[in-house]
Amino acid sequence: MALSGIEIFKHLPKTNCKDCGFPTCLAFAMKLAAKQASLEDCPHASEEAKAFLGAASAPPVRKVVIGAGEAACTLGEETVMFRHDKKFVNPCAYAIELADNDPGLDQKIKQIADFKVDRVGEDYGVNLIAVRDASGDGATFTAAVKKVVEGAPSVGIVLASEKPEILQAGLGAADGKRPLVQGATPENIDQLLPAVKDKAVLVVSASNLDTLAELAEKAVGAGVNDLILDPLPANAREAVERFTIIRRLAIKKNFKPFGYPTFMDARHDDPQVEGALATVGTMKYASVIVLSELRAWEMLGLLTGRLNIYTDPQKPMQVDQKVYEIGNVNGDSPLIVTTNFALTYFIVAGEIENSKVATRLAVQDVEGLSVLTAWAAGKFTASKIAEFIKESGVESKINRKEIILPGYVSVLSGALEDKLGGGWKVVVGPREANQIPQFLKARAS
Amino acid sequence: MAVEILKENYTGKVITVEVGTGDKAVKVGGASALPFHTFEGDAGHRPLIAYEVLDALPEDPPDALQAELGAVWDDPVKWALYCQNDLKARAVALRLVSTDPDGQDASPESAAETVKKVLDAIDVPLIILGCFKEAKDGPVLKAAADAARGRNCLIGKAQEENYKTIAAAATSNGHKLIAFSNLDFNLAKQINILLSQADFDINNVLVDPTASALGYGLEYTYSVIERIRAAGLVQNDAMMQPPMFLDLAAVVWKIKEVKASEEDLPEWGDRSERSIHWEASTAISMLMAGAEILVMASPRAVQAVEQTLDQLMG
Repeated sequence: MALSGIEIFKHLPKTNCKDCGFPTCLAFAMKLAAKQASLEDCPHASEEAKAFLGAASAPPVRKVVIGAGEAACTLGEETVMFRHDKKFVNPCAYAIELADNDPGLDQKIKQIADFKVDRVGEDYGVNLIAVRDASGDGATFTAAVKKVVEGAPSVGIVLASEKPEILQAGLGAADGKRPLVQGATPENIDQLLPAVKDKAVLVVSASNLDTLAELAEKAVGAGVNDLILDPLPANAREAVERFTIIRRLAIKKNFKPFGYPTFMDARHDDPQVEGALATVGTMKYASVIVLSELRAWEMLGLLTGRLNIYTDPQKPMQVDQKVYEIGNVNGDSPLIVTTNFALTYFIVAGEIENSKVATRLAVQDVEGLSVLTAWAAGKFTASKIAEFIKESGVESKINRKEIILPGYVSVLSGALEDKLGGGWKVVVGPREANQIPQFLKARAS
Repeated sequence: MAVEILKENYTGKVITVEVGTGDKAVKVGGASALPFHTFEGDAGHRPLIAYEVLDALPEDPPDALQAELGAVWDDPVKWALYCQNDLKARAVALRLVSTDPDGQDASPESAAETVKKVLDAIDVPLIILGCFKEAKDGPVLKAAADAARGRNCLIGKAQEENYKTIAAAATSNGHKLIAFSNLDFNLAKQINILLSQADFDINNVLVDPTASALGYGLEYTYSVIERIRAAGLVQNDAMMQPPMFLDLAAVVWKIKEVKASEEDLPEWGDRSERSIHWEASTAISMLMAGAEILVMASPRAVQAVEQTLDQLMG
């Protein structure tokens, strides 16, 4: 729950000592309310104030970290229901489940450890491996967990069993790795709590929401604070409904038992349905999503969807300013200029690829605005385009000094020719990207 | 402990629109809560997935669809019948790509002929889409609307430059209309207001807020849909209550992720499975945000989405 500056002020020392760097306690309180300062900046805050303000300023969904070191994966801390209100904070984690007695275990662990895909210049991989106690045997389970610890150091571990003795053995093998233990049920929670305390994150599961809240409270009562909630949805509708109910109560009512990340088992016999179910979870508030197998095509799609949904809606996605070469360009390849809004770039570059005409695409940094918006904001002007083109050095790579301008800013063509000078010619291209293939093909023939 | 579920107080409702005639007519819309939130309201009618049928094949149709559709896609009647009879399509979306002035530039009359032939062959609802070039779509969709008179089709997409022609043709022939706007909440509202001012009944409109493929601006479409739905249900904004139409097939099948072969990009996995997943995952995202009608191309992608819809509506 957000506190006002006045409410915070009541708990400060009111000495105006300035040790926090602000002129008065009230000014500091206002900064705290706006989340532009931290209570740690006040050396004189009482323990009572720290406890009160700490609890009040804690995010409604607790931050939970699974894994340690390079495998660490942060979940939770969400503050809104809709991404158009504010950025979703911590992307969901995808887990691949492996049976502890799978004869191909070593190979599968290696594949998961090695898997990575590049999206918009960054590498993404699988976050977690879930080891399932298919054997029912503690020694087999422990051996499998050890293989994951050694074979996939950058991937977190889920210990999947409902048997306390098997989980206990698994916890020993994953010591210091802060695994996710999946998990606690009304039947086994009393035995599990002492075993996981300070060592692991615990999934509590119950299909009845009342029972789920009781399990969460019981865990916290036993000092196990890092929890993941699994409301055991039997189908996609229950997943949407239960994850929505949980997140809404956490965020709008600060209902503590539901203030944790969530867990969804998306496994399905049909890989395409599994991909669809995992998409449901990605969009609708699941924090850990379990898949049955590593399939490159499925991970590529899910990681892309996750990246889309967790982008900051206030900050347009941008690409770097430079002259991109699409296809095997030579001195006679056409040169097109556009802006660095990621969507503009992807669509224009995609249509150039579709045209199969090798082309240079000069992408100008306009702080991530589309062509028309950038033009209206005075960031995509004749002089700025000319300056970028000259500095880019593209002139030395092309035989004919000709540049294609987006149709929407045809008004700039005369001025751009003047600013470029030196025999440059400006050609007005199409207004919409989907007309680029036609335009480039006609031009090439 | 008893958990007190927090329910949203929705004051608005999505308009129910019927397309098609007879036993095979389909209703969409009608929800009085966010998508699939049966715990706090009526989820409305099951979303409708229409199979895309092209009246002319592009020069380089997607390789990934060859295995699924290659046997029928040389002829729109054969293709539409295959969708209805073999794939059990609940609706077909005929895209009149032959009319593209930058392509074959077929006449409105020839497009109307194709519409007639397809309508003679099928009895599921038909969605009629132009080539999406404003100047040409006006006369083409007018001729198509005349040819489809009395079949309660869904025609579009009407845009700012041509909505008057298309809306008038829809009204006089008893069809529903797709109102297109370019990926912006306010523009989506504006085209509905323009249609109302032109005396077109808002109860016969489907809003197309622009589809985007996974990885290609999906998040923008997602948020525009969510905002439109919230405006209709929570703020009870009458101009934002028509059901939503998303033309996925038009955007999914031209991107790199469905086209690149496994030889070129082995780390992306099997192309056929990848492209099917791409269309299905894009579809599910749109449904989660609030879409009512989707146009899709891959039968296996449609099957995966229908199976998920069975769960969502169950």
